[in-house]
Amino acid sequence: MFYREAGDFSTTYPQDSQTFPIRFDRYRYYVVLAVALLVLPFVMTDYLVNSIFLPFLIYAIAAIGLNILTGYCGQVSLGTGGFMAVGAYACYKLMTAFPDVNIFFHVILAGGITALVGTAFGLPSLRIKGFYLAVATLAAQFFLVWLFNKVSWFYNYSASGQINAPERTVFGVPVTGANTDAWATYLFCLVFTVGAALLARNLTRGAVGRQWMAIRDMDIAAEIIGVNPLKAKLTAFAVSSFFVGVSGALFFAVYLGAVEVGEVFGITKSFLVLFMIIIGGLGSIFGSFAGAAFLVVLPVVLKIVGVDMLGWPTDIVAHFQLVIVGALIIVFLRYEPHGIAQLWRVAKEKLRLWPFPH
Amino acid sequence: MPEQMFFAMEVILNGLMAGVLYALVALGFVLIFKASGIFNFAQGVMALFAAMTFVGIQNGQVPFSHLINAVFGTHIHYFGWEVHSILAIILTIGVMILLAWAVQAFVFRHLVGQEPIILFMATIGLAYLLEGVADLMWGSEIKKLDVCLAEGTCLPQGMNLAFDEFSARVFDQPFGMFIDNLDITATIIAILLVTALVMFSQYTKQGRAMRAVADDHQAALSVGVSLNYIWILVWSVAGFVALVAGIMWGAKSGVQFSLSLIALKALPVLMLGGFTSIPGAIVGGLIIGVGEKLFEFAIGPMIGGATENWFAYVLALIFLVFRPQGLFGEKIIERV
Repeated sequence: MFYREAGDFSTTYPQDSQTFPIRFDRYRYYVVLAVALLVLPFVMTDYLVNSIFLPFLIYAIAAIGLNILTGYCGQVSLGTGGFMAVGAYACYKLMTAFPDVNIFFHVILAGGITALVGTAFGLPSLRIKGFYLAVATLAAQFFLVWLFNKVSWFYNYSASGQINAPERTVFGVPVTGANTDAWATYLFCLVFTVGAALLARNLTRGAVGRQWMAIRDMDIAAEIIGVNPLKAKLTAFAVSSFFVGVSGALFFAVYLGAVEVGEVFGITKSFLVLFMIIIGGLGSIFGSFAGAAFLVVLPVVLKIVGVDMLGWPTDIVAHFQLVIVGALIIVFLRYEPHGIAQLWRVAKEKLRLWPFPH
Repeated sequence: MPEQMFFAMEVILNGLMAGVLYALVALGFVLIFKASGIFNFAQGVMALFAAMTFVGIQNGQVPFSHLINAVFGTHIHYFGWEVHSILAIILTIGVMILLAWAVQAFVFRHLVGQEPIILFMATIGLAYLLEGVADLMWGSEIKKLDVCLAEGTCLPQGMNLAFDEFSARVFDQPFGMFIDNLDITATIIAILLVTALVMFSQYTKQGRAMRAVADDHQAALSVGVSLNYIWILVWSVAGFVALVAGIMWGAKSGVQFSLSLIALKALPVLMLGGFTSIPGAIVGGLIIGVGEKLFEFAIGPMIGGATENWFAYVLALIFLVFRPQGLFGEKIIERV
């Protein structure tokens, strides 16, 4: 009824190539943005922000990053946790070394540093492919976590081996440290998430995104038609690591406040983000959001249903969560390998013709 | 002989023994990969699942007892009997065969022809599922694993005294070399297992069919080999190998979650040896075992220790840059 292009005329090229060419879609996007920016901050509570919105926004950035590497460029990475740790520790070192600079720039710089590290670990991808590469990225995961554990320079020689985020403000409002308001941390992360989504969406629509997809679909063929695999793969690693680094920095500085590297950025984090993009949809920005939302909300729902309503012990609910996540991965790969994003696409196709499908 | 050399030799010997255990896990990977092209990430969790099932059956634990108690408010935990080790092993093999059938029937039959990387991610999902099921079935606390064939003849544990004395005398040192009895047993069992596997695949009808499928799916199908049957068979054999690995690792360090992490250690072993080669898995396991122990011994103290966490991966990574198909793997030929 509403979702159709009939009567929606493009008279200029920019109109034709915009991100949401259908008018209804465009307005829906503006409404979502307006609600997120203007309504949600006023109803934000500490519980909501800590259990749902902050992890959702931060994991969405990490999922976008991994989706660029795995979904768009076809290079499976199991080192996401390690790269998030690079972002977190880079942010910590910058925050403590330059306390006068705004935290906003620290987060961006932390992303940049992670991009450098990611590119270095991406170099072997030129020779190693497929699961060989997936296993090789495990080297990054374990080596980086070990490095941050053992070299005390990274945690400023603190006795506990932890890193703690000092209080930093944006426009006079604290966003890190102990005295933060729910709405402030929410808005701070939202800015990064929206920025990351816009950047990723436009990168993947452009020339570099097409090169990534060519490499993903068949790298030798892509090479023959003139795609430089060195450039394409390394840019994918760099851009992906940038996003993952930003999310790691936010995860540490805004969400957790204190981090012990082996616990927070271990191999399970890498799998969690990988599961987000499998369930959400490989090669889709919307899918990254959907997968992140799903896997952030699922444990909360399970806890409410299992522990609070049924009164089961928490460990049984935790085991159930493993079973459900594992089964969902298999079900999605079996029935809908393109994830929630594909369900959404199918729904949109149906809506376009509704209510007269012929 | 200088003392340092003596210690280094001890480290190498222990590394070899650890390598055998890595190779045991890696073996299961190779079997499945050769026959179906599936890179089975769940192999380590299969070892955990097998070991937990074995201990559970042995102690007469009621499966899913925690769940039943939570739902119905009952307090059942044990049947009240103990099962003989051999019977428990046989029952566990039965469970692993059932698992192989279920995996084939519900997951991989429907994913035939998908890209290898999709199959790989499906096995990661399988690993999570299996881990959750294992915890729900038998509880997640650390369990002690003993295999006793009869009263008093259990899997040996502790230092091998004979070797200790022997090495002290030969090298003229005040102390001998420390070697765990369990590691020696594991080595012997691993040798027996590999011999049995080679015999099975060379001299039996099923083994020939297995090799045919590994060689060429379609050709095997056209001469009347049932792919479905062979795949269930291969997953069952891999399940059996996982059981052996699970018992060995479980006897060494208790049956617990960290057992599934050894699967991750088996990955660099595979990369080093090549995904398609059984000798490669063994040689790779030995190289990784010796390499990481020696590195920890020689360089570890200088850079803070605990290098065993990452050394294997970095070694495999560097190695792969120069030889992408591993030591014994088939040369990767790519066509458009």
